[in-house]
Amino acid sequence: MSINGKAYIAGAFEHPTRLAPDKSVAQLHAEAARGAIADAGLSKNDIDGYFSAGDAPGLGGLAMVDYMGLKVRHIDSTETGGSSYLIHVAHAAQAIAAGKCNVALITLAGRPRSEGSSGTQPRAQNTATPDVGYEWPYGGATANMYGMCAMRHMHEYGTTAEQLAWIKVAASHHAQHNPHAMLREVVTVEDVVNSPVIADPLHRMDCCVVTDGGGALIVTRPEIAKSLKRPLVKVLGTGEAPKGQMGGKVDLTYSGARWAGPAAFAEAKVTPKDIQYVSIYDSFTITVLMQLEDLGFCAKGQGGHFVADGNLISGRGSLPFNTDGGGLCNNHPANRGGITKVIEAVRQLRGEAHPAVQVKDCRLALASGIGGLLGARHGAAALIMERE
Amino acid sequence: MSTVRKMPAPLPNPENQPYWDAAKEGKLLVKRCKDCGEFHFYPRAICPFCFSDQTEWVESKGTGSIYSYSVMRRGVPVPFAIAYVTLDEGITMLTNMADGTDLDGLSIGQKVKVAFKAAEDGSAVPVFTPA
Repeated sequence: MSINGKAYIAGAFEHPTRLAPDKSVAQLHAEAARGAIADAGLSKNDIDGYFSAGDAPGLGGLAMVDYMGLKVRHIDSTETGGSSYLIHVAHAAQAIAAGKCNVALITLAGRPRSEGSSGTQPRAQNTATPDVGYEWPYGGATANMYGMCAMRHMHEYGTTAEQLAWIKVAASHHAQHNPHAMLREVVTVEDVVNSPVIADPLHRMDCCVVTDGGGALIVTRPEIAKSLKRPLVKVLGTGEAPKGQMGGKVDLTYSGARWAGPAAFAEAKVTPKDIQYVSIYDSFTITVLMQLEDLGFCAKGQGGHFVADGNLISGRGSLPFNTDGGGLCNNHPANRGGITKVIEAVRQLRGEAHPAVQVKDCRLALASGIGGLLGARHGAAALIMERE
Repeated sequence: MSTVRKMPAPLPNPENQPYWDAAKEGKLLVKRCKDCGEFHFYPRAICPFCFSDQTEWVESKGTGSIYSYSVMRRGVPVPFAIAYVTLDEGITMLTNMADGTDLDGLSIGQKVKVAFKAAEDGSAVPVFTPA
């Protein structure tokens, strides 16, 4: 069974806050949910499916269903880190197609900025994690684990720091138009490569922001979507793929998007050439480069050339990306950027992106996510959407 | 201020205790499957390639080369290098470069050999030095 055409994204909301010391995590989830439900033109009692990941406080989604007073008949806590929310859209479409729910709510929220989170500190582990003893002592955090991917890519393909910097430059060109973006200043390649090195070869400006906030999505069946007043955004194809160290046959030159992308394109019955806008998970600049290659927007090893000279800047390049400013400039709530990737793609397909970055007649968009640690084990997800 | 990174305890469990016991004796253990013959890392009771439960501990030669590395230069008390080292047995493991290694002199493909560093709980943790 294919989910192509079986579900629509009817509501999308990005919480405007980037710093929320005065709010709880549960409150941020619920505020994001309110926003998405209102955006769709639905009410809380219409929700009969709930999707959340590891950022939801308490036991899976149980705490949040109870907090929000939802009465659901389908619940899903699929956890692949920051890409979870793309997979939730896919799983919501599957549940809707199978008749298990009609209106699915997906939420993400967190306060890593208020809580002092940093990409240079390993996340806390427990002893049952199978890899913990072999990795925890070595101080693998996000910055250095992604840094090793960039180092290997440079070694194998001659990718340069300046090429990676173009990804940040493009994001900053878009963020200047987003009043909610954490970083709105347009930066240059020189600014990026002259910013301090955090973990070789990644500079501070190769790294995403740390923000509080959240987001939410409503996925629903075609009849309900068509009864609402919002532009129709159809789910065309999805793919998901975990990738790890492969039993010690470590290969840092590609991501799970190599598998998730083709699955999504096959289901959507489109090719990379057809895509007009992409939301690409940008925890670091290298994350974007590898996904673009693995999704087939350019050949493996050619990502550096592809992103250079403003090719990702809307209105200028061949593949506009992350027109909200992405995780690099706008928002990375809960240290997880997946839901904001879907939200900006929905804005583009609805024609509701900022006019300065809106892709003309945007009918086909792709969102791609990488959750976990690209250099250790991660979950890739791809989602193709169409404006109907 | 210390110029040496404190190494957190490896948090051993029953499955990997032999690895840590051997490390205290200066040995790096890896696992090989008696059924399919493949080495794997990190070590598991069940082979991740053929799913056999006939895996055995084998002492690695402890030599290899750097597959990739990254020096964390900011946001930590002491700069240090994380690395993936491909052992001569053909498997790649996460590690650190040993204290005192020239962090600006590292390169992919560089030959390295195992050494051991004391963790905060007294465990010996495999690290690597230029060969």
